[in-house]
Amino acid sequence: MYEKHLMICGATGCLSSGSAKVQQALEDELAKRGLKEKFRLVMSGCPGFCEVGPIIVIYPDEVFYCRLKPGDIPELVEKHLLGGEVIERLLYKGPDVDAPARFYDTIPFYQKQKFNVLHNSGIIDPENIDEYIMRGGYRAFSRALKMEPMEVINEVKKSGLRGRGGAGFPTGLKWEFTYRAAGDKKYVVCNADEGDPGAFMDRSILEGDPHAVLEGMLIAARAIGSDEGYIYCRAEYPLAIKRLKTAIAQAEEYGLVGENILGYGVNFKFNIKEGAGAFVCGEETALLASIEGKRGMPRPRPPFPANSGLWGKPTCINNVETYANIPLIVREGGVEEYVKIGTEGSKGTKVFALAGKIRNTGLCEVPMGITLREIIFDIGGGIKGGREFKAVQAGGPSGGCIPAEQLDLPVDYDSLTQAGAIMGSGGLVVMDDRTCMVDLARYFLSFTQKESCGKCIPCREGTKRMLEILERITEGRGEPDDLDRLQELASSIKDSALCGLGQTCPNPVLSTIRYFRHEYEEHINEKFCRAGVCKPLFEYTIDPELCNGCTRCARICPVKAISGERKETHVIDPEICTRCGSCVERCRQEAIKVTPVRREADVSH
Amino acid sequence: MSAIKLTIDGRPVEVEPGTTILEAARKLGIDIPTFCHDPELAPNGACRICVVEVERARALVASCCAPVAPDMVVHTESERVVKARKAILRLILANHPLDCITCEKTGQCKLQDYCYRYGISESDFEGEVKELPLDDTNPFYIRDMNKCILCGRCVGRCQEINGAGAIDFIGRGFSTIVGPAFGDPIEESSCVFCGMCVDVCPVGALIPKAGVGKGRPWEVEKVKTICPYCGTGCSIYLHVKDGRIIGASPDFEGPVNRGHLCSKGRFGWDFVHSEERLTRPLIKKDGVFVEASWDEALDLVAEKVRDLLNRYGPDSLMGLSSAKTSNEDNYLFQKLMRSLGTNNVDHCARL
Repeated sequence: MYEKHLMICGATGCLSSGSAKVQQALEDELAKRGLKEKFRLVMSGCPGFCEVGPIIVIYPDEVFYCRLKPGDIPELVEKHLLGGEVIERLLYKGPDVDAPARFYDTIPFYQKQKFNVLHNSGIIDPENIDEYIMRGGYRAFSRALKMEPMEVINEVKKSGLRGRGGAGFPTGLKWEFTYRAAGDKKYVVCNADEGDPGAFMDRSILEGDPHAVLEGMLIAARAIGSDEGYIYCRAEYPLAIKRLKTAIAQAEEYGLVGENILGYGVNFKFNIKEGAGAFVCGEETALLASIEGKRGMPRPRPPFPANSGLWGKPTCINNVETYANIPLIVREGGVEEYVKIGTEGSKGTKVFALAGKIRNTGLCEVPMGITLREIIFDIGGGIKGGREFKAVQAGGPSGGCIPAEQLDLPVDYDSLTQAGAIMGSGGLVVMDDRTCMVDLARYFLSFTQKESCGKCIPCREGTKRMLEILERITEGRGEPDDLDRLQELASSIKDSALCGLGQTCPNPVLSTIRYFRHEYEEHINEKFCRAGVCKPLFEYTIDPELCNGCTRCARICPVKAISGERKETHVIDPEICTRCGSCVERCRQEAIKVTPVRREADVSH
Repeated sequence: MSAIKLTIDGRPVEVEPGTTILEAARKLGIDIPTFCHDPELAPNGACRICVVEVERARALVASCCAPVAPDMVVHTESERVVKARKAILRLILANHPLDCITCEKTGQCKLQDYCYRYGISESDFEGEVKELPLDDTNPFYIRDMNKCILCGRCVGRCQEINGAGAIDFIGRGFSTIVGPAFGDPIEESSCVFCGMCVDVCPVGALIPKAGVGKGRPWEVEKVKTICPYCGTGCSIYLHVKDGRIIGASPDFEGPVNRGHLCSKGRFGWDFVHSEERLTRPLIKKDGVFVEASWDEALDLVAEKVRDLLNRYGPDSLMGLSSAKTSNEDNYLFQKLMRSLGTNNVDHCARL
C-alpha cells in the first residue's frame, strides 16, 4: 500500500513546460531516498490548467502544486511527503485569489467547470484498467450487453447527445440509421484526427482516459451489431496511440474485447489507423477513404457512412469526445443524470481548449449553456496582461469570430451557429486589441488553402483567390471593391463546395467582415492596421509625452532604428525599422504607439 | 420498388429509385453541364459545375451524384445556380491558359462551351497561375497540366477501368496536380498508353500527338470502323482529313469495347501512311530484296510448296495468317492449307 499518490500531468501542455524533467527528478529523488515503495508516482492525464504546468496533484492530501521545476523536488519530498507540510510557495497564486489556493475547489479556473467526460482525467492512471473499472468503468458496457440494441439506441437518443466533432448531428439517430442499415458486416469508427489549430480536447481525452473511448465504441458496436472497429488517430499523437494500444491490450486480457465477450457470444476487434496529418482526413468520408488506403479526399453524400461507409459497409463514425460521453449515458440511471445538464437543444457538457491571448491557457469542460463571458473571464481569467478583449474564434477554420457584444451568448450548437461561428470540435482562440482581424482571416484562409484536398474547384481555387485578396489587403494593396469580391466568392464557395470543410472555410472571413468591417475598410481605404500587425500598414512612433529616455528601446532594437540621448525623447526611423515589435515589449511607459504610415506629403515638415 | 416522381424545371418526371438528378434531367432533355461526371466511374462530384437548386436543401446539390427523392423540386438554371456556375468558370479561367486560338481542343472543349453558354470571357481574379512544364516525353500524347482542371476523370479511368493506376492526385490546395508518382514523366510510370484518359479529358490537358496541327475537329471526318489489329473487334472512329488518317478514337457505343481501346487501336495508325510500308511483293535475289510482280511471287511460292510436298509430305508445311485480314480471308486461308493436306495453320490474333 502506498502512503500517497502523486499524479504528475503527462499531457501535452505540461510536457512542453517540462513535466518530464520534473518527473525524472522526482523518480531520482524517491529512488535515492528509498521511498519508491511508499509513494506512487503516476504520469496522469490532463487536469486542464496548462498555463500553470507542470502540475502535480497529491492524494489523499488533496494538494495541487503548480509551475514546478526540477529544483523544487527535494523540498517537495522532504517537506511535504516526509514532513506532511504543505509548501505554500508551490500552490496556485494569481490575481483572482486572495491567498494561495490549495486544491481544485478553491482555484477559480475550476469553479465553473463540470467534469463529466474528463472526470477521470488527472485522477487515474490512464495505463491501468483497474483504476478505470474502480471508477465505474465498463459497467455501462456490461449493462448494454444485457440490453436489446434498440434499447441502447433509445437511451442515447433520450440523452440528446449531439456529435462533438463539430456539426452536432444527434448521435442516437446516427446509431439507429446504422443499426437499421442492411448488412452482415458493420464497422464502428472513431474519428481521432483532431486537426483544428489550437485544439487538443480529443488528445487529452485519449491520453487521460483511453478506456472511456473504448467503452463508448464497444457500446456502439453492441447497439449497431458490429464486430470490428477502427480508431483513426493522427500520428502526431504518439502518447495517445501508445495509451490506446495499452488500453486495448488490457481490455482484451479482461475479456472485454475479443471473442465471446464476457460470455455473451459477441465479438469485437479494435484496429488503430495512424493518420498522416492531413486536415481533411477529419472529414468522415475522407477519413474512411484513408483507412481504405486511398488518398484522403471526401466523396459526395449520400450515401452516408451509416448506409455505405468503410469498404461500402454500414459504418457508425463518431468523434472521440462523443464516444467518451456514451458510458456516462448508458450506465444505470445515466440518462436521467445526463439530461439535467445543458440546454434544451444541447445536452451535457463540452470540452474546450482555451488558447490565444487568454490568461489561463488550458482545457476546460463546461455545461452547455454557459456563456462565453464565463468561459473567457471566469475560467480563462480574462485577457493576458490586462489588455482589452476583442473577439474569440470558435470552431477553428470552419468557425467564426465572436465579438465582445456577443459574449453573453450561451454556448450551445444553435446559438453559436446563429452568431456566425460553430461549436466545432471545441477550440477557442481568444484575441485582444493587438490582433488584426484581417490578418486573422488571412491566417485561417492560408490554412484552409494549404489543407484543401484539391478535389473540388470552389474550395481549391476559391480559397486561393480569397487568400490572394486578403494578402493584398494586408500588404496595403487593397481595393475598394475587395470586400464585395470576398463576400461574393465566399457565398459561392459556401453554396457549391463538396464537403463540410469546404462549405465552411469562408466562415472566418465572413464573420470578421460581419463584426469588424471597419478594420477591413481602414486597411483598404486608409492603409492603416490599427492592431500593429500588418507591417506595411503602420509605423511605430514614440510619444514624447510618455517617453522618459530610459534607452531600453534603443538597446533592444536589432536594426538600430531608434536614436536619442539618455533622459531625452527617443525617435524611431521608419525607414530602418522592421516593425519587429521588440521595443514595444521593452517599453515600460507604453510610449511606443502604432500610427499610420506617413505619406510623402506628411513627411515634408 | 415503385418509380419516384419529381419535378425538374417545372416539368414532372418519373424515374427509378437510385437515379441521379442529372439522369432524370437528361430524360427530360434538360442539358446540365458536367466536367467530371463519367457514367462508368464511381460518383465523383468534384467539379461542381453540375450543381442544381433543390428546394429545401441547405446548399446547392451536385446533380451528377445526388439521387432523386420523392416530390423533389429541382431548378437547373435558377439565378442561384447560374451564379455558382459562373463563379466556378471564372475560378477555372483564372488558372487556365487562354490560348484557344491555337489549342488543339478548340471546338470540342467543354470549358470553352460552358464559358460561351454563360458568357464568361475572362476572369476578374488576378493572381498566381500554374506554370508547369509540358510532359511530352512519350510518343503518344502530350500532358499539359496547366490546362488541367483536375476533374479526375483520367484518374478514375486509369484506376477503376484500366487498373494501371499510373496517375493520381498529388499535393494539396492550389498546388494539387494529376500525375504519376514522384513527379516522374508518364513514360516511366505504369501507364500502358490505352489513351482512355485522353478520350475523357474535357479540356486540352491531354492531346494525342499524331493529330497536332493537322486539322480542326470540324474539318475532320470521323469514319466508324472496326479496329483491324486483333480479333477483339473494337469499334473505333478513324479521324480522316484530306484522305489521310490523323488519329483515332473509341466508339463509346461499341458493343465490344464500349469506349475502351488498347494503345495500338488508340494511337497506332502511323503505319497506314508510312513510307516504309510494303506495297509490292519482294523476292530475295543474291541476298537482296528485289521488287517483283504478283505473278512472279505467287509462282515462286507455288513452286516451293509443291517441292516441299513432294519431298517431305504435307506436315512439313505451316500457314501463318494475319489478324489484320478479315475473317473471310482467314477462313479461305485455312481452307487452302487443309486442301494442301495440313492442319498446321495459325494466325497472330494475339497482336
